[in-house]
Amino acid sequence: MQKCDHCNKSAVVHEVTVRNGVKKEVHLCEVHAREAGIVMPGQQPINQLLTQFVISQSSKTAATRTVIKACPGCGLSFAQFRQIGRLGCAQCYSAFEAELSHLIERAQGGGSQHCGKAPERSGASLDRELLIQRLARELDQAVAAEQYERAAQLRDRLTSLDAPKDAGATMPRASAEKPSA
Amino acid sequence: MSVYSRSTDGKPPPHEDVVISSRVRLARNFAAHPFVSRANPKQCEQVLDAAKRVLLDPAIAAGMIWVDLNQSTLRDRRLLFERHLISKHLAETEHRRAVAISGDETLSVMVNEEDHLRVQALERGSRLGELFQRVNSVDNAIEARLDYAFSPRWGYLTACPTNLGTGIRLSVMMHLSGLKMTNEIEKVRKAAKDLNLAVRGYHGEGSESAGDFYQISNQVTLGRSEEEILREFVEDIVPRIVEYERCARKKLATKDTTKVDDVVFRALATLRAARLLGHEEAMKLLSRVRLGVCAGRMQNIDLDAINELFLLIQPAHLKLHTAAELEGEALREARAAVVRKRLD
Repeated sequence: MQKCDHCNKSAVVHEVTVRNGVKKEVHLCEVHAREAGIVMPGQQPINQLLTQFVISQSSKTAATRTVIKACPGCGLSFAQFRQIGRLGCAQCYSAFEAELSHLIERAQGGGSQHCGKAPERSGASLDRELLIQRLARELDQAVAAEQYERAAQLRDRLTSLDAPKDAGATMPRASAEKPSA
Repeated sequence: MSVYSRSTDGKPPPHEDVVISSRVRLARNFAAHPFVSRANPKQCEQVLDAAKRVLLDPAIAAGMIWVDLNQSTLRDRRLLFERHLISKHLAETEHRRAVAISGDETLSVMVNEEDHLRVQALERGSRLGELFQRVNSVDNAIEARLDYAFSPRWGYLTACPTNLGTGIRLSVMMHLSGLKMTNEIEKVRKAAKDLNLAVRGYHGEGSESAGDFYQISNQVTLGRSEEEILREFVEDIVPRIVEYERCARKKLATKDTTKVDDVVFRALATLRAARLLGHEEAMKLLSRVRLGVCAGRMQNIDLDAINELFLLIQPAHLKLHTAAELEGEALREARAAVVRKRLD
C-alpha cells in the first residue's frame, strides 16, 4: 500500500501530474490531504454537495435561522415570485435586482436597459439620455442596412442633441416621434 | 372602425385579405399602489377610482363608457371578451376590476387586469402605426395626471417581467389558410419564433389557432424603443407574412384550382345546409369560405358578412341574439340558423 509522502500512514489521495513531460506523483493521508486543502467527498457538508435544497425553518432553533429576503414594499419573497411569476410592486424590482437581472435578460432576448419612452415627470435629462442611446442604436442599424439617407437624418439629430444642455432645447417625447408606419 | 364594423369610407382596410385586425396595447402601473396580485380590496378600489376619474375625462377620449365588471353579468363579460375588449382573465376573475371603452370600440382600457392599466387600441386591417399614435396619446394624457411606476433601467414596471420596459405589445390577427393548405405554416411559426415573436390563436394567450387565425405579436419589450418595435412590425414582419400567404394562395389557385374550389365550395354548402354547428366547425368552414372570397373564387359573397359571422357565432353573441340562455344542442342550432340566414 502506498504510504503518505509526509508520514507513515496509508495514502488516500493520489495525484499524478505531468508537466513538460515531467511526471510528478503526490500521495497523501487523510490528515495531510486536509492540510493541503483537499476535501474528501465523504466529509464534505451535504449543503455543498447538493445543488438545490430547502433549509427547514424553526422558530425555536436559532442555529438554523435562515434569512428570507422579502420586498420591503409588499413583502413578496423571491420564492413566491418564482411560484406565481408576478412581482408584487414597483419596489420588487430594486429588492430583487440581482436575482431578476439574468432572468429578465433571458426573457427579453438580451434586452437589459430600457430605451423607449419615459414619463415626462421623470426628468428631461433622462428622456434626453434615452433618446441619444436610442438614436445611436438606430443609426448603427441604418448603416448596417445601408439606409444611408435615414442614417444621415439620424446623425443630424444626434449632432443636434449633443449641443450644450443649457441651450434651452426641449427634448421631444416619444409621443412626438412620428413612427414611420 | 371597430374590428367588426363594416367599412364606412368604401375603402378596404390595409392588407384585409390576410390581416383581420391589429392591436397595440401598453401595460402600465401606478407608482402609489402595489401591483394587482398583492393589492388588497381597498387598494384595488383606489386604483379603480383614480383610473375612472382620468379615463372618463373627455380630454382623454370622447364618449368613453365605464363598465364595472363586478356589477356585470357573466354574459356581458363574455360579450366583451368575444369582442376582444377585455381579456379572458378579466372576464372570469373575481377581484375589483373594470374596463373603459370608447363608443366605437376601438379603444379599451382594462383596469386591474394583471397590471393596473392595459391601454389598448384595435381596428380592422393592418393599422399598427395609427393605433400606436392613439394609445400613446391616451397614455401621455394619463401620465400627465398620475405617476406611473417607472425606473430608468427597467422602464415601465409591470407585474410580469415579460412586459417590462416599453410595456408595448403589438399584435396582428392573420388569416393564414393558404399557408396551412400548402403545409407551410410550420415554416412561418419557426421563422416567427426565431424573430422572438409569439404565435397564438384567435383569442390570444392559451387559445388554439381555430379557423387558421394566428395572432402574431412581439415578445421583446425591453431594450428597444416603441418606434423600433413598431417599424420592424410595419415595414418587415407584417408585409413579409402577408406576402407569404398571398404566394401560397396564388400557388393554390393556379396549381390546385379544382382542389381549392372543392374545399371552399364544400365549406359554403355545408354552412348553408347545416342545422347544427359547433363553434370550432363553424370557424373552420367560415375560414375556408373566407379564403375562397379573398382568392376571388367566390362571387356574391360579402367579405364583411363573413367577418361579422366570426363574431356572431360565438356563444355570448348567440345568447344575446336569441335572448335565451342556450347551451349544448340549442346553441349549435342557433349558430347554424344565424349562419344560414347570413349566407342565403
